[in-house]
Amino acid sequence: MELFKYKEPIALMAKAKYFGLLSLSVVLLSWILIFTKGFNYGIDFAGGTLIQVKYDKKAPLKKIRAKLTSVKKYENASVTNFGSDKEIVIRTKSSSGNVDKDIGKEIATLLKGTGNLEIRRVDMVGPKIGGELREKGLKATIFAIIGILIYLTFRFEWRFALASVIALVHDVSIALGAIALLRVPFNLDILAAILTILGYSLNDTIIVFDRIREGIEKVKGNFNLGAIIDDSVTRTLSRTTLTSLTTFFVVLVLYLFGGEILKGFSFTLLVGVVVGTYSSIFIASPVLMWLGFDVKGYKEALAEKKKREIEKEKLRNQFEQGVV
Amino acid sequence: MGKLNYRVVIFMLAFAFGVIFSIPSLVQSNSGKKITLGLDLQGGLHLLLGIKTDVALKSYTKSLVSTAQFTLDKKDIVIDDVEMGKGKASFIVVDEDEVKDAVKALKDILKDANIEAKGNRITIALPPKEVKKVKEKAINQAVETIRNRLNQFGLAEPMVAKQGKDKILVEVPGIKTENDKNRIKKLIAKTAHLQLMAVDEDRATRVNTMTPLEAKKYGDVILPDVKHPQKKYLVRAIPVLDGSMLTDAKSVYDKNGQPMITFELNGEGAKIFGTFTEKAAPTRARLAIVLDNKVYSAPHIDERIGGGRGQITGGFTINEANDIAIALRSGALLAPVFVMEERSVGPSLGKDSIIASSIALVSGFALVFLFMIFYYGMAGMIADIALVANLFLIIAIMSLFGATLTLPGMAGIVLTVGMAVDANVIINERIRELLHEGKSVAKAIEDGYSNAFTAIWDANVTTLIASTLLFFYGTGPIKGFAVTMTIGIMASMLTAILGTHGLYEMLLPKIKKDKLGFWFGIKGAK
Repeated sequence: MELFKYKEPIALMAKAKYFGLLSLSVVLLSWILIFTKGFNYGIDFAGGTLIQVKYDKKAPLKKIRAKLTSVKKYENASVTNFGSDKEIVIRTKSSSGNVDKDIGKEIATLLKGTGNLEIRRVDMVGPKIGGELREKGLKATIFAIIGILIYLTFRFEWRFALASVIALVHDVSIALGAIALLRVPFNLDILAAILTILGYSLNDTIIVFDRIREGIEKVKGNFNLGAIIDDSVTRTLSRTTLTSLTTFFVVLVLYLFGGEILKGFSFTLLVGVVVGTYSSIFIASPVLMWLGFDVKGYKEALAEKKKREIEKEKLRNQFEQGVV
Repeated sequence: MGKLNYRVVIFMLAFAFGVIFSIPSLVQSNSGKKITLGLDLQGGLHLLLGIKTDVALKSYTKSLVSTAQFTLDKKDIVIDDVEMGKGKASFIVVDEDEVKDAVKALKDILKDANIEAKGNRITIALPPKEVKKVKEKAINQAVETIRNRLNQFGLAEPMVAKQGKDKILVEVPGIKTENDKNRIKKLIAKTAHLQLMAVDEDRATRVNTMTPLEAKKYGDVILPDVKHPQKKYLVRAIPVLDGSMLTDAKSVYDKNGQPMITFELNGEGAKIFGTFTEKAAPTRARLAIVLDNKVYSAPHIDERIGGGRGQITGGFTINEANDIAIALRSGALLAPVFVMEERSVGPSLGKDSIIASSIALVSGFALVFLFMIFYYGMAGMIADIALVANLFLIIAIMSLFGATLTLPGMAGIVLTVGMAVDANVIINERIRELLHEGKSVAKAIEDGYSNAFTAIWDANVTTLIASTLLFFYGTGPIKGFAVTMTIGIMASMLTAILGTHGLYEMLLPKIKKDKLGFWFGIKGAK
């Protein structure tokens, strides 16, 4: 089966500014969301306690809340269903450093009389660790971006690197905006998802850029970058869509069947896959154009490099034959 | 069948390697190297502990003073007004003429501390290097001690390790009940600081009216009874001896069938104990047995006790007596620990997570598998074979390294399934393109691979950069995600690029130009 058969280049660059405007507004909207609404930091980063409790029948939320609010420590605890109506999570902002006291046992005792229950999970993160994890997460993201930027500059050219990083910031911003909008608890797993998007978004962009690079090297006479980009994007369209499709499949399956704990993670990835695919087609390449990539200059530099290599080779041959 | 070539041979070897070494993990056999399940999948307790090193410093200072007093006592030098801090202590020598002697004696015995005299006040101070040493020792000793305690508790494979400079990571898999978890936490937390302290009989009657500050003036402290906290004891602040001189502790039943703990002291401890009891016997003075700053009993001393044996009674349950004995045996914690992070997962949730993520893996895999065949025909089938090999390789490599599979790690494998076929999608698209251009099958395959290679390579390297950083900066289960992603990407280079290339080469004689629909899923190529 063939969904995309290459006939002629699709004129994308001519419409690039509309996509640029659309993306710019969505990114700005995301930033506004992130800075005004902020993230719903989960306990990994904010510190606090999470207790997951499973009942053998429907969890009596009202009763549970009443029991919890009767104790000062859990006055501000939030109780929500988790995955099914039998299961709940209790979240508090407080944490206790006391090794002796077991929170699970404490909650079990407190909730006595609300039904048959089982404490399934207790996560407690002290404030100091929360800060440390936040710092580590930020470092990981920044270093990843820097590392990738360096690698791409080395492999391509700085404008390619910059354009792909702009596409990447675009993708990550929108994914973060979605998380902020839907109040998805921001925990370590979300960070992992963001870093995966980072890798994935680049992955997609690089495939397209690789084609553009190839197109530039092949082109003769007409140095119109827009045309080269149109041709390359059209030629990779099939691959971009297919890979996104297979990745989208598995992430969707993960979201639907992977269990409640992986929901936030897979949701973030879902957004990332869609946005990442879009940006590699409609954003990364136009940005390359807007950055004023100079086809002629690039080709000249390339030819120069090749010439030098040939000369070196010549010299070496002469040397080996004992001429010099 | 076509010819064998080096690519297909390597691929088959890798495939066989993957299958063989993943068997122990897949059938959960008891022999052979296999993947360990993370605590989030098998259930268990993960604790990140901090440690109050200042307390270790304080008690070390206290022990220095203890030694100083014992030394000066032997020379009949009387001291008073003891001040103790962190790494620094001072006292006055009552007879000013003896200050010189005292300093000399102390310098001989306390070699690591700076000893200075100003007037009749002697100061013992630890230099910063020693302070650091004491703190480090407290952490290392805590790691050892907690490990000992958990090993003696009898659970399978507890892990205790120092993390960073001043944290301790404790992981205990396989905890079945909340009650066990509670006991384990209590066992870890117990500082198990045993002290034998003389009761200040001169002022004992005034204990209920005395303030802590007043007690300090006399060189005493007020400690509560373990069972009746309102009952107080006034004891000398400097202990006669402490748990560091303990050689053994056991839980036994007394003659009334009550659990109690007996302990034995080493030679030095026994000597000090003997000397003390000899002095105390004439007045029937009491000796308080203090564990973690609570008085368990304070028997009258009737006679000199040699041999260095003692007992702790206090109405324990047998579990309590057992756990305290373990704690005493494995040594006191020089400093108390506190929880910085706790994650505990019950066994039933772990099982649910395994089931859910396995369903996701199997259905994600099936979807991708079928889609590839549907879209690419035989070319898709070849990619699928590589995908299967990839999965086996991930499991095999993780098994060989004894890596831990966590829930995010499972997610990483699922994601790899989606992304590993990417290489084949790129290659197949290139091949189709070349076939449409009218190239021969052999040429299309050869050029398809070489054209696709740089893109795949660059894309994988960037993903590897991201996952490596996640590995170094991630913690706990997230690390597991980075591990499976990294292994998956590397394995895919072998299976999806080299392996499928080899398969094509082998099948080349069979691929006919008029059957491109079957082989590559395309129609109308020139």
